[in-house]
Amino acid sequence: MSMKKGRFGQYGGQFVPETVMPSLMELETEYLRLRETAAFQQELARYMTEYVGRPSRLYYAANLTRFYGRGKIFLKREDLLHTGAHKINNAIGQILLAKHMGKTRIVAETGAGQHGVASATVAALFGFPCVVYMGREDVERQALNVFRMKLLGAEVVPVTSGCGTLKDATSEAIRDWVTHIRDTHYIIGSVVGPHPYPMIVRDFQSVIGGEVRRQLQELCGCRPDYIVACVGGGSNAMGIFHPFRDQPGVKMIGVEAAGKGLDTPEHAATLTHGRPGVLHGAYSYLLQDDDGQVTPPYSVSAGLDYPGVGPEHSFFKDKGIVTYTAVTDDEALAAFRRLARTEGIIPALESAHALAYLEELMPGTKADDVIVVCLSGRGDKDVQMVSGIMEGLQCHA
Amino acid sequence: MSRLTSRFSRLKEENRKGLIVYITAGCPDFATTLRAVRAAEAMGADIIELGIPFSDPMADGPVIQKAAVLALQAGATSRKVLELVGLIRRETDIPVLAMTYVNTILQYGVAGFARDFGAAGMDGVIVPDLPAEEADILEGYRQAGIDVIQFIAPTTAPERIAANCRLASGFIYCISNTGVTGVREVDYREIGRLLDSARRHTPVPLALGFGIGDARAAQAAAQYADAVIVGSAVMDKLMTEGLDGMSRLVAEIRRGLDEGA
Repeated sequence: MSMKKGRFGQYGGQFVPETVMPSLMELETEYLRLRETAAFQQELARYMTEYVGRPSRLYYAANLTRFYGRGKIFLKREDLLHTGAHKINNAIGQILLAKHMGKTRIVAETGAGQHGVASATVAALFGFPCVVYMGREDVERQALNVFRMKLLGAEVVPVTSGCGTLKDATSEAIRDWVTHIRDTHYIIGSVVGPHPYPMIVRDFQSVIGGEVRRQLQELCGCRPDYIVACVGGGSNAMGIFHPFRDQPGVKMIGVEAAGKGLDTPEHAATLTHGRPGVLHGAYSYLLQDDDGQVTPPYSVSAGLDYPGVGPEHSFFKDKGIVTYTAVTDDEALAAFRRLARTEGIIPALESAHALAYLEELMPGTKADDVIVVCLSGRGDKDVQMVSGIMEGLQCHA
Repeated sequence: MSRLTSRFSRLKEENRKGLIVYITAGCPDFATTLRAVRAAEAMGADIIELGIPFSDPMADGPVIQKAAVLALQAGATSRKVLELVGLIRRETDIPVLAMTYVNTILQYGVAGFARDFGAAGMDGVIVPDLPAEEADILEGYRQAGIDVIQFIAPTTAPERIAANCRLASGFIYCISNTGVTGVREVDYREIGRLLDSARRHTPVPLALGFGIGDARAAQAAAQYADAVIVGSAVMDKLMTEGLDGMSRLVAEIRRGLDEGA
């Protein structure tokens, strides 16, 4: 399975019904053509700057650095972008693709709701009808984002099949896409799915890492020693890692959701605990049982609650280009509060997983090490749920 | 000559259309599936498509999704489906294909799946998430006597039809409309034109599926194809009315096909 198109080593591929193959081929051809045109790049750059708000700031977190007493911690502030997360980078790129391909309708899946909001936003901007599939359980735990999507004119369809989370929302979005394949573009939200999606989403998200490289050069004339990002499907991580993949001096760590602990069945640590298989069109690491049935993942963070992972991450894992690890709900919640208290920044629960890893990383760093954490999204969407958890724990924020 | 090929030759000689009946293995249990296979055959099914339940069936609509959930809840596994194929083969020569998502085969082991299911008497595999581009992972299946069924969809372009036909053996699964499995109103003329063009590339029989729920729809579809495939309607009857309801539906569709000929 190694020498074919759309592969990262043995991972990736196009495991989809025949009905959608012609659309994937068209998407690939159109994307590769448009990518090389100056007009498309200029159009994309204009939206990224004027609408999305790029470049995002690279913020030196002096208080957090002081808290750990070593290194220099920088936060890549994707949370400050329009709609509050990195998801908009990909959504804006893909809506431009959809427009150029003459598509007239958008479908998307969403977990935490950040990608759903980003898709609904760009659909509103470009005047496309938009349907967002969201697991029933996520509709409940991310009520604020559901309201935002509706306000933006999108139809939000709660998905009750399977376990009612991101995996099932993705399956349902694919079913809609297969049904309306001729006029509909599927804005997949992460570096997952069949080729060419993992490549396209990676390319649109790589703006994150490209900016980090430039910004660090300007700020301190240095490059990062460590880059830390959370991994669900893995789009913010791929976006910040990819531009550094050929620099062995840069140690990259992807942080998955260990949920209630890796020694329990309730986690979403696909790369840490899964094994390769096919889900949603790609061959990649997967949480599954011996028979190949996908096992329900769990994380307090809806955006990380996915049993698969982008195929290029599987490749990076096997090649040792990135180290993957996992932190628990409790560790992420502690990091969520820590950043709020030290820096006055409320991170998304997803991003809090990356921040939580600093507890393990920082004691082993040198005084002048430069650490960049991808703050992939803001935590407004999570405060209601976290407040519920803290009350449940009789904990006082 | 394979069981599939000889079945299609006989249908041609008799100037009849084939009826392929899909049944989810293990829904609600394996004893029922065995009886359902025998009942479908008795009512005029020519070929059985045995669904191996999968947790994330992205090409399937609500009925077959539900059937998979019931089967998995009752403990269905690939190994139990394998045993079932053996039991079916002990009782009948009807051609049996496995409808399975590719991950099931990968996790069982690609070579082991062909060896074990082939030995049990399975005749082919229908893998809805394995387009021609990826089909080489099942290299060797045809030599092992297992047909890897190729697809033609309404969106398949002419040059792709030619390429898919070149890979085809057993029959070609023609998808009547864009969408997932499930009964719906379909205008079969559109896919009919693609089937006509496929015939210019291959002598392999063409079977038309997706959307067919009753005798009338089966008749309409059969005008363009050598066989029709009925799945969701059968599983809906099996889950709501049991074996009797399912048998009545298969018999009605059989009569419809024979009258339409």
